[in-house]
Amino acid sequence: MSDILLVATGVSRHFGGLKAVDDVSVTLTRGELHAVIGTNGAGKSTLVNVLSGEIPITTGAITLLGHDATRWTQPRRSRAGLGRSYQRNTIFPQFTVFENCRLTAQARWPKVWDWWTPTSRCADSREAALRAIERAGLMPVVQRLAGTLSHGQKRQLEIAMCLATDPQVLLLDEPLAGMGAEETERMLALLGDLKDGHAVLLIEHDMDAVFRVADRITVMVNGRVIASDTPAAVRASPAVQLAYLGDEFVA
Amino acid sequence: MDFPTFLIQCLNAVQYGLLLFLVASGLTLIFGIMGVINLAHGSFYMLGAYLAYGLAPLVERYLGGGFFTTLALGTVLAIAFGYLLEWVFFSYLYEREHLQQVLMTYGLILVFEELRSILVGDEVHGVATPDWLSGSFPLSEVMTYPVYRLFISVVCAIVAIALWAVMTKTRLGMRIRAGATNREMVQALGIPIRFLYRVVFAIGVGLAVLAGLVAAPVSSVYPGMGSQVLIICFVVVVIGGIGSIRGAFVAALLVGLVDTFGKVLFPSLAGMLIYLLMAAMLLWKPEGLFKAG
Amino acid sequence: MTTMAADDAMRTRLPKLLPVLIAFALLAAFPAFGSTFYVDLVGKIMIYAIFAMSLELLVGQTGLVSFGHAAFFGIGAYAVAMVTAKVDAASLWLVVVVAVLASAAYALVVGALSLRTKGVYFIMITLAFAQMAFFVFHDTSFGGGSDGIYLYYKPALTLGSLVLVDFDKGRAMYFGTLACLVATFAFLAVLLRSRYGRALAGIKANEQRMRAAGFATYPYKLGAFVLGAMIASLAGVLFAMKDGVVNPELLVWNQSGAVLLMIILGGLGHLRGAMLGALMFTVLQEVYQSEALFGSFSKHWQLMLGLTIIAFVATMPRGLIGLFGKRAKKEAP
Repeated sequence: MSDILLVATGVSRHFGGLKAVDDVSVTLTRGELHAVIGTNGAGKSTLVNVLSGEIPITTGAITLLGHDATRWTQPRRSRAGLGRSYQRNTIFPQFTVFENCRLTAQARWPKVWDWWTPTSRCADSREAALRAIERAGLMPVVQRLAGTLSHGQKRQLEIAMCLATDPQVLLLDEPLAGMGAEETERMLALLGDLKDGHAVLLIEHDMDAVFRVADRITVMVNGRVIASDTPAAVRASPAVQLAYLGDEFVA
Repeated sequence: MDFPTFLIQCLNAVQYGLLLFLVASGLTLIFGIMGVINLAHGSFYMLGAYLAYGLAPLVERYLGGGFFTTLALGTVLAIAFGYLLEWVFFSYLYEREHLQQVLMTYGLILVFEELRSILVGDEVHGVATPDWLSGSFPLSEVMTYPVYRLFISVVCAIVAIALWAVMTKTRLGMRIRAGATNREMVQALGIPIRFLYRVVFAIGVGLAVLAGLVAAPVSSVYPGMGSQVLIICFVVVVIGGIGSIRGAFVAALLVGLVDTFGKVLFPSLAGMLIYLLMAAMLLWKPEGLFKAG
Repeated sequence: MTTMAADDAMRTRLPKLLPVLIAFALLAAFPAFGSTFYVDLVGKIMIYAIFAMSLELLVGQTGLVSFGHAAFFGIGAYAVAMVTAKVDAASLWLVVVVAVLASAAYALVVGALSLRTKGVYFIMITLAFAQMAFFVFHDTSFGGGSDGIYLYYKPALTLGSLVLVDFDKGRAMYFGTLACLVATFAFLAVLLRSRYGRALAGIKANEQRMRAAGFATYPYKLGAFVLGAMIASLAGVLFAMKDGVVNPELLVWNQSGAVLLMIILGGLGHLRGAMLGALMFTVLQEVYQSEALFGSFSKHWQLMLGLTIIAFVATMPRGLIGLFGKRAKKEAP
């Protein structure tokens, strides 16, 4: 079984005249955390949206686990093993942490015609949810209403919901957004742990964090890729330093 | 169908379409700018028709005026009414969910309908066409066309052009359109958004009332005319694209054409044709013909 | 962990279920001590309760605001009248099958088209399609025109040539309606706790997130729309049997507005709310239409109804249920 799980080739997304994503190619391998960084408006979130299938691609190809997924809808890609988390929380605040994950897990076992079994007795989604909650470190708050969690816990739940569908590829959009120092440490440990068994694409602004966990880094500016290499090579790249004007890199 | 008949149906279609445009443009404007779905919009059209019926004798007796005075006075009253209504009622609807807006404006329809019933009764009334517009226009040796219907089309066309001019050429129009796309920015620039909304709403009401005023001699005045026109306006807005005045214009003419020719060509399907048109639109372009703005 | 989830579910469910069971028991006992007028009225409320619950599935559970639900109610009612011959009672089985299939067919078409849109568009389109159904019954010879159809014989519950239940006799109609009410509540309550029901709840909360998780949301919504239509048509069948006459006024948008109002009055998001709302609406309507209270002004009862709607939605958007418990709603019906 190949470890190359997702290959994006020449992906472009145009909005009228604006090239939000311009000829981007990315390869995601199991066991590797691939970070995508760039200035605001560089097209990182758009790239994730195109890879996940949320917005249609303009040109290019996407291969997911060996299949040509370019024209697939988002639910189809998700069921095939592509999971994503969002930059803004998309948790269900009115449900418990458990129910949040059980619901997303249910997508793998929809069993639409089973109208009589209450979900409290559905072992498949229940167990998948608990596994995800355990991995994300949210067991202590499993029965709490998601709306009452702290911000850091909500971001963890965002990832747990993604894990509950048992994906092989994870697209994580700024999971560290708005976190304090301690929460960031916890999340980084989780991210490092997630590499095991998954291919991870990470969008982040926190440079220290990125350089700690990433195995590969792609730098985007104005929709194009200006560098894609190991962290050390990217740091040393003059093109990257020029783009960032030396601000975000502390050599 | 011979040519004169065809011409008559075309003129009818255009007249109907332009009237619909007046009402639908108000509806789509109010939704596009303020995000409020207003089920009671048809009631303003009804208000216009009843004003034509009730105001004319008063205008004649106390002001010695005729048709145009009634028209002008009715429109002014409508704009004032719209301004007040926005202040007192609709401004509280903006932040609410669609379901609540739907229900509250539905309650408003009931209130309007019953007030009408209490004040004017439930009978059907005719409204006299003004004498100088009562004639007929010859189209061929035997066919003629009522001058008043042409008058309706002319009035609506003038209003449509005026609306276009205001929206695209004046500062008010630009502010309105800006308010649709970026509320906070407009406020930050010091433009009083509340006042803007009130103006937009008043214009929307004014358009619908004017349509009713002008159409009254042809359509008569009867209960239920409000809901009838509202549902057709919904069809127009869905086809044209909500928030788009251009879309409302094209869609209104399209609906006018389909309805008029449909009634002639397929009389058994008559009322249903525009819904079939809407269904076809939904298959092809669910978002409507044009985008908002 | 597993027992904890199950126990927790039971603990929240039972106290909410109890009032409903008590209500059903009271309804069963009512004919013993109620006058004919009130038994009739309660029968009507029960039919509206079924109608309201069918819309609750759409609006409260799936987040689809339909302003054309009366169309399916009307289709069900007309099915009774049109299947019944002028000479004899029709079989109830046949009537129900025709009613449910006809409304399901129309719902499939309307839903398939309307669900291509969202929000405000959806509201307008469902209203328009209901109006189209109204036209079919009102303007064409299909349904007997604006006068409607008179039902000469109520359908009977038959097995072969043996008549099991004659709904003209005694309280058969009342108890038949009560049986349908209980069955509808039980069915929906169970459905909403199942995977399908939970998926609908997720779609209402955040459809995009559900798609991201791997749910193809369109079939779920269409299914809810069709199911809601079928249950509404059942209510229509009961209404026609009870009233003995059907006319196009059953499909008018005031009816769609009324049932929407019912679920808001009672409290959106709960089946109990739908039933409570049906009761409240009917009571309000009876009160406002009462000549004893309002004299000749009672013929303008819709004015007071309109003002009540406005005041109610403005001040109590959570409905009556919201008054009874501020606790966050989990999955209890």
